[in-house]
Amino acid sequence: MSIKYTKDHEWVIVEGDIATVGISVYAQDQLGDVVFVEVPEVGRSLDKADELAVVESVKAASEVYAPLSGEVVEVNEELEDTPSLVNDDAQGAGWFAKIKLTDASELEELMDEDAYKEFTEGLA
Amino acid sequence: MGDNSETKRTALYDLHLELGGKMVPFAGYDMPVQYPDGIMKEHLHTREAAGLFDVSHMGQVVISGANPAAAIEKLIPGDIQALGVGEMRYSFLTNEQGGILDDLIVTRRENDLFVVVNAGCKDQDIAIFREKLAGDATVTVLDDRALVALQGPKAATVLARFSDQVGAMSFMSYAEVEIAGVPCFVTRSGYTGEDGYEISIPNDKAVEICRKLLAEAEVAPIGLGARDSLRLEAGLCLYGHDLDTTTTPASAGLLWAISKRRREEGGFTGAKIIIDEIASKPKMKRVGILPEGRAPAREHTEIADMDGNVIGEITSGGFSPSLQTPIAMGYVPIGLSKVDTELQLIVRGKARAAKVVKMPFVEQRYYRG
Repeated sequence: MSIKYTKDHEWVIVEGDIATVGISVYAQDQLGDVVFVEVPEVGRSLDKADELAVVESVKAASEVYAPLSGEVVEVNEELEDTPSLVNDDAQGAGWFAKIKLTDASELEELMDEDAYKEFTEGLA
Repeated sequence: MGDNSETKRTALYDLHLELGGKMVPFAGYDMPVQYPDGIMKEHLHTREAAGLFDVSHMGQVVISGANPAAAIEKLIPGDIQALGVGEMRYSFLTNEQGGILDDLIVTRRENDLFVVVNAGCKDQDIAIFREKLAGDATVTVLDDRALVALQGPKAATVLARFSDQVGAMSFMSYAEVEIAGVPCFVTRSGYTGEDGYEISIPNDKAVEICRKLLAEAEVAPIGLGARDSLRLEAGLCLYGHDLDTTTTPASAGLLWAISKRRREEGGFTGAKIIIDEIASKPKMKRVGILPEGRAPAREHTEIADMDGNVIGEITSGGFSPSLQTPIAMGYVPIGLSKVDTELQLIVRGKARAAKVVKMPFVEQRYYRG
């Protein structure tokens, strides 16, 4: 399926019942150079909007929220040594975690590519 | 600090926008936190070449009178009477409890003192100067001048192209020189740990001079974000974070700024408490802290001993672009302040290993002639 976004600038791509989650190109650009990502533990259960990860730039720490409810089944270990993947390839190699979904209907509340583009253009 | 009035703009505001600066409110001013290059690149550029910073939000004050050096010594523990003309010194305004109200730089000029104070404290400082020095000295605020810092190993090479007098200046000295034909107050000083200058320019000439400096190949504009990471690497305090009314000169490790004569004579606000604490030792001490691993420990992160007891707090913390590791400073009990003491930092509920280290984190490279 195609990519979906939240208003908090997370993206999600769902294949079967597994959602891959990261932060958007827009978000990484706002954050600047990412120097550390704290990813969740595998096996953790999250409700939608729970804190999923923390991403730190030189300047500040920012929370990343779970766009969908489910269980963390895999995290991106590469980010430990190479947090800059979030800047270089936010919507690809810079993914944070894979979540096994418990409620696929939550996807309907997320924005598609066009809606998100319009949303970010409306931000000051 | 933090009032509701509209944010102010420096004389360089339009230039910041033109350069793509990301503007944020800081101490009542709209200031660039970064330019399109970003904090990491701006920081490293300053360490490698030269960075130009707008610090016009800081207060520039002239104190004049029959003996302004003796007058200001009633308010600060710095040895200002020992300064020769054209020399400058770091000091701080203290309160009755021995706490620090602001840190500042005092320059002795031919007929007066030129004082630079923090933006967030300037209204307070000016009010204190006016109240406490009334009758002894006149306080004039130079709000018609911009202040920029040119910092980095290429700063001297660059500025020498605009003035033949600045190259010979040594660290912590002052001169009135023409930069590209404009009369400026130039000091060889800064807040990055690098060689460099701060240049006070009449507001109406500030853009012109900055454009000329930025046209030099070595120079890039640098925002407040990199200013903060640069000063942290240099182990320098930021008022309101590492220093405040609850920190004393002894606890902050700033006793080097109080001379023998001032310790003997006292005569400044809070002198007894501050001087007594030199012998009695403070309870808490500011130290450099190196977190293990890659997770930065930000301001207000709790510091714990190895048994897990919370014993202090980080006052400045972030990521060091030069060292590519997190660095921090904070206050710990004096018994745990020795270099190599192992500590734990409680970052988002998780205890992470750290140790006390010597500051600066990155060697200072001041020009001493």
